[in-house]
Amino acid sequence: MKSFGGKVMFLDRANINTDEIIPARYLTEISKEALRPHMLEDLQLDGFDPKAPNNQDAKVIVTRANFGCGSSREHAPWVFEMNNINVVIASSFARIFRQNMFNCGMLAIELPEADIEKLFRYKNIGARIDIDFDKNSLTISSGKESDAFSYRISGFDRALVEAGGWVEFADAKY
Amino acid sequence: MAMTLAEKIFKSHLRDEPFPGTKALAIDVVLCHEITTPIAINDLAARGKDRVFDPEKIKAVIDHVTPAKDSKTAQQGKILRDWAKRQNIRDFFDIGRNGVCHAIFPEKGFIRPGYTVIMGDSHTCTHGAFGAFAAGVGTTDLEVGILKGVCAFREPKTIRINISGAMPEGVYAKDVILKIIKELTVNGATDCVMEFHGSVVKGMSMESRMTLCNMAIEAGGTSGVCMPDEVTVDYLWPFISSDYKDKKAGLEDFKKWWSDEGCEYVKVIEINVSGMEPQVTYGYKPDEVKNISEIEGAPVDQVYIGSCTNGRLEDLRAAAQYLKGRQIAPGVRGIVSPATPKIFREADEEGLIKIFMDAGFCVTNPTCGACLGMSNGVLAPGEVCASTTNRNFNGRMGKGGMVHLMSPAVAAVTALEGKIADPRKFRREGI
Repeated sequence: MKSFGGKVMFLDRANINTDEIIPARYLTEISKEALRPHMLEDLQLDGFDPKAPNNQDAKVIVTRANFGCGSSREHAPWVFEMNNINVVIASSFARIFRQNMFNCGMLAIELPEADIEKLFRYKNIGARIDIDFDKNSLTISSGKESDAFSYRISGFDRALVEAGGWVEFADAKY
Repeated sequence: MAMTLAEKIFKSHLRDEPFPGTKALAIDVVLCHEITTPIAINDLAARGKDRVFDPEKIKAVIDHVTPAKDSKTAQQGKILRDWAKRQNIRDFFDIGRNGVCHAIFPEKGFIRPGYTVIMGDSHTCTHGAFGAFAAGVGTTDLEVGILKGVCAFREPKTIRINISGAMPEGVYAKDVILKIIKELTVNGATDCVMEFHGSVVKGMSMESRMTLCNMAIEAGGTSGVCMPDEVTVDYLWPFISSDYKDKKAGLEDFKKWWSDEGCEYVKVIEINVSGMEPQVTYGYKPDEVKNISEIEGAPVDQVYIGSCTNGRLEDLRAAAQYLKGRQIAPGVRGIVSPATPKIFREADEEGLIKIFMDAGFCVTNPTCGACLGMSNGVLAPGEVCASTTNRNFNGRMGKGGMVHLMSPAVAAVTALEGKIADPRKFRREGI
């Protein structure tokens, strides 16, 4: 199983699409490693710079509705994986992106809008999120402040994460 | 119990329900192209599982960048080509025979009512036009599909969209689907199948139905679907004539997939097309749609006619009837990409290619290229493209470029004017 949790990168916009996460011009790469420098390169978000110091070493992304819409490219989860980001938390996901995350043994966690708002309160103060996968709960913290949330994932998605991905799961089962 | 078309397909293809609400389906056709498949092929090889579940049920094409533009795209093509040969995949379409995946696979008769179809491409929803459950998936789902012939989905919910009224002059399937996406928004159909019904759909050709279903994903939909009817039977007849004693028998068989009276829909939407204007997108999301009268006159640098949305013969005809005997505006670059070699050949035989060339269009070989800014028509920063494609994301056709989505008719008259124009104000020529 992958490791989940750590420093947070906040992407404060809805409908971030997979072209923004990894532009099509890099789809000619045939190794995941080659994608690494290009994460969120075309993201349309004022003041956002994926290479800025406060975005370095992030392990968790917190964002808004319909994250990962557009193309089916699994290069989107892969570019996160290559940058050690194994968790995305959003108020909703596009179907293919969400499935691609779990298929790679990564976590796509949906929280209600109100909970996402609470997470965004930590946006400018530097925060980390710790995940308790067994208990379906997560804690955001910064200094002495912290908030805890519970989340739900399906039995299937949980099994994919535990198996390390869909290829492993399917190969053992079918 | 009354079931939707998707529920019937799920029931008939169920291999396993590993967890409540998750259904692993047997897949009838796994479609592959050279962008998302090579990594799956390499991963299978690295796992010591370089095999396929059934070479007859796997179809492959090189379509996104063809001919290869550089060493990397040449390598992607080579991986797919070598694999197809190694695995005895006979339905592999290489240069000279290749076309845009969602145009060429239906054209070959590979998609049938009641089928389950997956591909590592979000616009796989196109194939639902035949009454199939067709879903775009990522490379891992594709890899498992190739290896096991299985793919897992959540239980589908269905949105019913009734399209009624009389299609006005200058209004096409593209305008209808843009209007529907505007109403549903970009995630209004997430985890749902979009079922298209009504007199307008019944009157549509398979090409128009594919345009409709192609953009289901732009509302978040898993698959667009139309009920298979006489039009479906006619289209597929060259491929199914030995299976049925006549077309009537074929239709009767197809009807078993129709959604039942009284089946459950999560939402029903009514669209009346009477009096509708041509539709054009204005922003960077496919639900940012305006009536043409609200955006007419906006300047463009390039006009692109093609793609899995609108690169079929009837699309080229729709554009050509406005272009015949006319010239595109100075300073505007016109590019047309017939979506398959068959379409290209027929367009040539009908004189459409000549009309495009006389008007000043560049005619390219069949490829996805420009639609996603990979080749054959990439925009420079600051440029604007009037396009018959399906996504207007920021930089989609080239970093810093902007895209207005529209029908081939609007694209054609926009090319003539150099700014977004209304086809209803132009005389159509006989072609």
